[in-house]
Amino acid sequence: MSDLIDDPRPGQNLPEYTVSEVSGAVKKTLEDQFGRIRVRGEVGRVFTARSGHLYYDVKDDRNVLACTTWKGQVSSLSVVPEEGLEVVVTGRMTAFGGQSKYNLNVDEVTVAGEGALMAMLEKRKKALAAEGLFDPARKKPLPYLPDIIGVITSPSGAVIRDILHRLRDRFPRKVLIWPVAVQGANCAPEVARAIEGFNALTPGGGLPRPDLLIVARGGGSIEDLWGFNEEIVARAAAASEIPLISAVGHETDTTLIDFVSDQRAPTPTAAAEMAVPVRLELLAWVGDSEARMARAMSQRMDARRQRLRDLSRALPRPDSLLSGPVQRLDVWGERLPLALVRSVEKRRGRLIEAGASLRPGLLRRALEERQRGLKATSLRLSPSLMRLVDQKREALARRADRLSVQPILRDLRGKRERLDALSQRLSTAGQAQVKDWRTRLDGLDRLRETLGYKETLKRGYAVVRGDGAVVTNTKAAKAATSLEIEFSDGRLTVGAASAKSGGKPKSSPPEQGSLF
Amino acid sequence: MSNTPVDEMSFEAAMAELEKVVGQLERGDVALEESIALYERGAALKKRCEAKLNEAQEKVAAITLDADGQPTGTTPVDPQ
Repeated sequence: MSDLIDDPRPGQNLPEYTVSEVSGAVKKTLEDQFGRIRVRGEVGRVFTARSGHLYYDVKDDRNVLACTTWKGQVSSLSVVPEEGLEVVVTGRMTAFGGQSKYNLNVDEVTVAGEGALMAMLEKRKKALAAEGLFDPARKKPLPYLPDIIGVITSPSGAVIRDILHRLRDRFPRKVLIWPVAVQGANCAPEVARAIEGFNALTPGGGLPRPDLLIVARGGGSIEDLWGFNEEIVARAAAASEIPLISAVGHETDTTLIDFVSDQRAPTPTAAAEMAVPVRLELLAWVGDSEARMARAMSQRMDARRQRLRDLSRALPRPDSLLSGPVQRLDVWGERLPLALVRSVEKRRGRLIEAGASLRPGLLRRALEERQRGLKATSLRLSPSLMRLVDQKREALARRADRLSVQPILRDLRGKRERLDALSQRLSTAGQAQVKDWRTRLDGLDRLRETLGYKETLKRGYAVVRGDGAVVTNTKAAKAATSLEIEFSDGRLTVGAASAKSGGKPKSSPPEQGSLF
Repeated sequence: MSNTPVDEMSFEAAMAELEKVVGQLERGDVALEESIALYERGAALKKRCEAKLNEAQEKVAAITLDADGQPTGTTPVDPQ
């Protein structure tokens, strides 16, 4: 306020602030003026910064109030603001000079009216049910006797104590506690992570994987339990491969995780009861089983023994069974040698009887008889043989007779006679023929003689030949070298040496010519 | 009778079979020799059940988490 002391300059009588001064003044005024207030409105857009701080708006139908919740405050919120949720936020008004903005630093959020909250829960339920996450077929049976039980809950408080006590009463087991916040904004992410973390463990590892999970929380307001209505928790529980019991709140409180868990327990204590059987009861049962087994065994044995006794009583004594046969054996045994002897004697008698007729004389006689028979037969044999031979020979002779040459000779003779006759006849016929022919020849010759020129010659005619040929005319006679004249008593050559042509041809031809 | 070695059976399986064996013996519809074998099996099963029941041992531990919420180990918890 030094400017009040300074000389006033025109137009500068108004106080002058630096930006930071006015920002600080505004911030101070806001904080002082409002203090801690409650504001009701609907959550607008929500933004979680990387730093972990939460920025969101709370609005009504006309205005918007920027809200912040620092990282350290988030875990103490009973309800994490969610867009559309009607809330009452509690905090201090403040300003952020860096952006010339004012906002409400919220340290507590409550849901304004359960109706709104339940409506939201119903919406989620419907969505998850539509995905089939509540399907009874998805629910896994709990192990009868789990070795290790994983409990997801607050490590302090009555809930874990109740569970451990009830487990110890029934059947002490190994328990692994995964500590989580069971309310506030961290509740849902921590519970979801714990479910996933237990499932990620390896069975029998350094951190052994439990075979049963219990998610537990004591009773509280709907805002307190709200973390178990978060979708991430429900999804983690649905995805758990380890069977999971949910035990959140009291029996009347139903949260979203109860719909997806494999079994819902009304209280944490009830969850412990579901988790393990009662050891002493089992021990008693085992003992009872043993006793029943032994009793059944001995009863059956007794029954069998009794039956055996009854049966053996009904069984006749062995010697009484045997006495008859033994007696029979004795009787037959005694009679056996005697019967044997008698049998042999009987057979011997029959042998003797048969042997008596087998004397050698008898045999010989029979032999002789047969010999005689043989001889007689053989005697008969020879003549009959001869007779047979004679017969055959005669038959042969008969045939041979018929086969003699006489008939052939006779035949030959006959044939020769006929040949002779024929030859005779042929000869006679031939001579006759010849005689006939000679007669005729003589006749003809005589005829020829008479007709021939020789006869003519006798009557004075001559034949003239010149050079061998008959000359019938003078011309030829003149030409001939010599002429030969034939007379009836011989031939005469004319002009023998000089003239071959002689008189023969001259004379003969007119003779001949005149003749013919 | 199943062929699983009794020593490898879970409590539940051993118990279920023991129950069956007792039932069979009580009905008495098995031959003598078989009933002896059944009885022996039953005795072994009973022993197995008892052993599993006597294994009952309380051991409670809490998982320790690092800053990222990852499990790092356990610390014993006194269940009182």
